[in-house]
Amino acid sequence: MDWVNGIVQGVLVGGLFALFATGLSLIFGVMRIVNIAHGDMIIACAYLAFTIIQLSGLHPLVSLLIVIPIASLVGYLLQTAILNRTLGKDILPPLLVTFGLSIIVQNGLLEVYSADSRRLAAGPIETGSFPLARGIDIGYLPLLTFLTAVVVVAGLQFVFYRTEIGRSFRAVSDDPETSQLMGLDNRKVYGLAMALCLAVVAIAGVFLATRSNFDPFMGPSRLIFGFEAVIIGGLGNLWGTLVGGVILGVAQAIGAQIDPGWQLLAGHIAFLVILAIRPEGLFPRGAR
Amino acid sequence: MSDVLLEIRDLDAFYGDAQALFLLSLALKRGEMLALIGANGAGKSTLLKSIAGLVANKRGEIKFQGRSIVRRHAFEIVAEGIALVPEGRKLFTSLSVEENLRLGGKVRRSGNWSLDAIYELFPVLKDKRNVPATLLSGGQQQMVAIGRALMSNPELLLIDELSLGLAPLVIKDIYDLLPKIVQNGLSAILVEQDVTRALRVASRFMCILEGRVSLEGKPADFSRDQVTAAYFGT
Ligand SMILES: Nc1ncnc2c1ncn2[C@@H]1O[C@H](COP(=O)(O)OP(=O)(O)OP(=O)(O)O)[C@@H](O)[C@H]1O
Ligand SMILES: [Mg+2]
Repeated sequence: MDWVNGIVQGVLVGGLFALFATGLSLIFGVMRIVNIAHGDMIIACAYLAFTIIQLSGLHPLVSLLIVIPIASLVGYLLQTAILNRTLGKDILPPLLVTFGLSIIVQNGLLEVYSADSRRLAAGPIETGSFPLARGIDIGYLPLLTFLTAVVVVAGLQFVFYRTEIGRSFRAVSDDPETSQLMGLDNRKVYGLAMALCLAVVAIAGVFLATRSNFDPFMGPSRLIFGFEAVIIGGLGNLWGTLVGGVILGVAQAIGAQIDPGWQLLAGHIAFLVILAIRPEGLFPRGAR
Repeated sequence: MSDVLLEIRDLDAFYGDAQALFLLSLALKRGEMLALIGANGAGKSTLLKSIAGLVANKRGEIKFQGRSIVRRHAFEIVAEGIALVPEGRKLFTSLSVEENLRLGGKVRRSGNWSLDAIYELFPVLKDKRNVPATLLSGGQQQMVAIGRALMSNPELLLIDELSLGLAPLVIKDIYDLLPKIVQNGLSAILVEQDVTRALRVASRFMCILEGRVSLEGKPADFSRDQVTAAYFGT
């Protein structure tokens, strides 16, 4: 039963990984760049929520009502003021600039918040759970995280494939020259994509921070989890990213069952195995 | 208002250091259809792209409806009323036929063209509306590309290589529809490999040779040999 329980918990954790991953996938999908600072943005949002909660006493989930708009606005400004200048035929500039941004964010957080690890207190849902079967308890917070990931993926899917802005995202991604002939200002479209990404990042940050401790240097490993989930699921496929997150979560859970020290390693091994067998991921775009 | 819709004066256009157009001038009246001809690499696409704003590196003046657009971005120029059907159609691969058309209408200029009007012009597209645009036949893709441009309700339509890669029967179908496409006084510049056909439909033509105007006027005023000489530079 331990095993089954471990796997069930792994599935739920996978929701969190999917939240790390969808923003990354979105940005790669629209502008073909990998945002190295993605994980640090998640942590920065956790700290933003921390400050807002300190000032207002709001519940972490309620604080999202403030964190999301601020994060989105910052995302839009970051994209239009800085990242747009790095886009071009060469893939190196955006990597270097977001790498630099990653370091700046980490050290900025260290300066403002110190290296102490923090946590957002979510009250009763944090520890509450209900029994699913004998030996399997489902925590309210992990379940809520997973359901949120499903809703986020479904929402992004809707935006991408059913709305005008989603059409613009896809058009700019397909052909950034011809898209301008449709009246699209690519720089603004990229800005909106980053704003949307940061909305998801804010959600990811707050859920992460209610589930575990966080400190200024946790970003890069969240980037890795997100990146692995994206690659496992197949680039450009949002539901695939959710499955990728779940596979990663389950692999880590299985690893942890064997030996607690194996948790992270098992996740990376699962990633490498899938990368070796199916380099394009399990559900690449086009096989939609 | 004068009846000159588009006026180009002494236009130079560059790709990096390479100059593709040299002191090119052109005036286009409202409702006029100009055929733009010239050998491969002459600069026809460059001229259309310069007008549409896709070639940024240029000198000289381009005025549309009396306003200078030479420094404007492509996404602003389409809102002014210039639509380009690019060489090779350039449909969006991840968009369906209808999504391509809707995107063309994104600038929301008012006019007679709408999804329904496009489907009436090209009925085959209606059945394929939900199909990814790039799965269509070449002729149907060209219809989507034309429809997408018309959806912006332009005053000036730029068509680059209308018949390129299409079967003769399909070409004939599309040319038969051309009068309907340019109805209501729409002006057009048509780039075409098939010189004979282009000169037949156009009220005026311009031939470019290595980035410079080599001949210009009414098709009826020149012999076949004169056009050929201007075309090949012999
Ligand atoms: N993107 C580009 N970068 C550099 N040079 C270019 C580019 N596009 C075109 N050129 C050059 O500019 C010149 C004019 O090209 P253009 O495409 O305008 O010719 P064209 O008349 O449209 O030819 P075709 O009939 O083959 O379409 C050519 O010498 C071409 O090599
Ligand atoms: Mg050309």
